[in-house]
Amino acid sequence: MIFRKRYARITPRETPEAKKELWVKCERCGRIVYEKKWKEMWKVCHYCGSYSRLTALERIELLTDPGTFQERWSNLISADPLEFVGARSYVDKLKEDMLKTGLKEALVTGEAKIGGFPVALAILDPHFIMGSMGSVVGEKFVRICELCLEKKWPLVSVSGGGGGARMYEGALSLMQMAKTSAAVERLHRNGLFYISVLTDPTMGGVAASFAFLGDIILAEPGALIGFAGPRVIEQTIRQKLPPGFQTSEFLYQRGMIDLIVERKDLKQTITRLLNIIH
Amino acid sequence: MNNTMERKYLPFEKPLEAMEKELAQLQARKQETFADNQAEIVRLQQKLSETTRQIFSSLTPWQKVQLARHPNRPHALDYINAIFEEFIELHGDRVGADDPAIIAGLAKFEGTSLVVIGQQKGRDTKENLTRKFGMAHPEGYRKARRLMALGEQLHLPVITLIDTPGANPDMAAEERGQALAIASNLQHMAGLRTPILVVVIGEGGSGGALGIGLGDRVLMQEYAIYSVISPEGCASILWKNQQAVEDAARALKLTAPELLQLGIIDEVVPEPPGGAHRDPAKAAEVLAKAMRKHLTELKTISLEELVELRYQKYRKMGVFREISTTAET
Ligand SMILES: [Zn+2]
Repeated sequence: MIFRKRYARITPRETPEAKKELWVKCERCGRIVYEKKWKEMWKVCHYCGSYSRLTALERIELLTDPGTFQERWSNLISADPLEFVGARSYVDKLKEDMLKTGLKEALVTGEAKIGGFPVALAILDPHFIMGSMGSVVGEKFVRICELCLEKKWPLVSVSGGGGGARMYEGALSLMQMAKTSAAVERLHRNGLFYISVLTDPTMGGVAASFAFLGDIILAEPGALIGFAGPRVIEQTIRQKLPPGFQTSEFLYQRGMIDLIVERKDLKQTITRLLNIIH
Repeated sequence: MNNTMERKYLPFEKPLEAMEKELAQLQARKQETFADNQAEIVRLQQKLSETTRQIFSSLTPWQKVQLARHPNRPHALDYINAIFEEFIELHGDRVGADDPAIIAGLAKFEGTSLVVIGQQKGRDTKENLTRKFGMAHPEGYRKARRLMALGEQLHLPVITLIDTPGANPDMAAEERGQALAIASNLQHMAGLRTPILVVVIGEGGSGGALGIGLGDRVLMQEYAIYSVISPEGCASILWKNQQAVEDAARALKLTAPELLQLGIIDEVVPEPPGGAHRDPAKAAEVLAKAMRKHLTELKTISLEELVELRYQKYRKMGVFREISTTAET
């Protein structure tokens, strides 16, 4: 599980001099950015270029043709199959993240158009229980694959999940890796096309299943991508990891991903790919 | 297979230690001096089996975790040697490495040729350093995948034996694409046109276990565990307390009977009284029987149907609620 919050929102209450304007402080370079400018840049700091995480809705806005996104299966909600009793209950954690994100689950699925091409879309929001894969995430992913099979559409997924596993769902969470991978296998058998976009962070079970099974794998610059979390690796090897370890660039150099694409160019790159393949 | 191994006792096995030692002494004396102590031996054996039954009938999930990791527990190669009449280990991922944490090869089981793949833990520190404690690198998953493909090509069923704390979390694993290696195995196994029988024989450690664990039937030994995260990891993340392992082990529902109930495994394979390490030969015999039954059943299914049934098996996994869309707004 990884938390790399790069931006702290500064509200007017905290900085009276800012009056009605909203400002954000880049946690990488420490500079204060006018929020409107920051949003225009899709949460990329225009001073230092570092990326902040997008919500699923912002991601939809970034990637799809305006007004074309139709959400599907937003009525799937996590149950508490293990009746998880912990320091904190699963039900409480779900409620909290529903309120925080306005989402009902970590994966948002639906149909949309990108550059005029119809696609099935699956977007993992890293703000909902760290984008971890519980039963609902697995089920929605499989349903969107089945929609692809029915409509002969390409699939575009965007992954951002901290630890991959939804501990509160135990081995049921683990099995979603198998379930989603089996669904991708069906796309392959039926000659369908799958573009997987990796964003910060894509780790654990999400990385080790559908995220890395794209026919084409794109990644945003500087994203943390890998299997084991950096802290776990550091505990194992008892030393600090070198800078840049497990980043998009690191994986690109090792042949694990096709292209590193800047956020502002993502839609265009996907459109060009769809234009060749369709 | 365990004769020369020094027997180790878990804290809750301690009451058995004295009895087992005394029993061994009595038996040795009988053999050496022809002492007439048979009655004493029988009495002690009864006491031992009664105590064993008592201890093992009320194990906590955390105690089962410890059993799954027991230093004397039979490992993949122990079962392979005991169960298969022929086994040739094959090596290498054909990319750049061979991973000793995963053994793979061709075998014969009661006349049936098959591919067998397993995670292999070491018996002592030296062997564990070689075997990486059964924690595979990408080359291990790639070797497994290669052998599965061979199974498909030659129409041989694939048996996998799971026993790992997890995929190797070191730098080399990340550099060589651990996530990709596991993902690609999952996809490959989902579409493999030959039967796959999976047996969890010890620790089923998360994605590292699942990386060779997607199959038509998933069996689990009675005191094996299978979990999305170790109890230690879960305790430190959710309880922020390493000591909460008991609670975490209970909350995760990682024991064989619980996983059977959740529909994640298909059958619990019983172990001899006191666990597989008390009677490895018996454990192997019971396991062989279960393997025989499932392989025979799987052989009768056409390959088309087999792959479809496998898809449906995993398609169904998961528990969630579907609320009506009108109530949603
Ligand atoms: Zn900055």
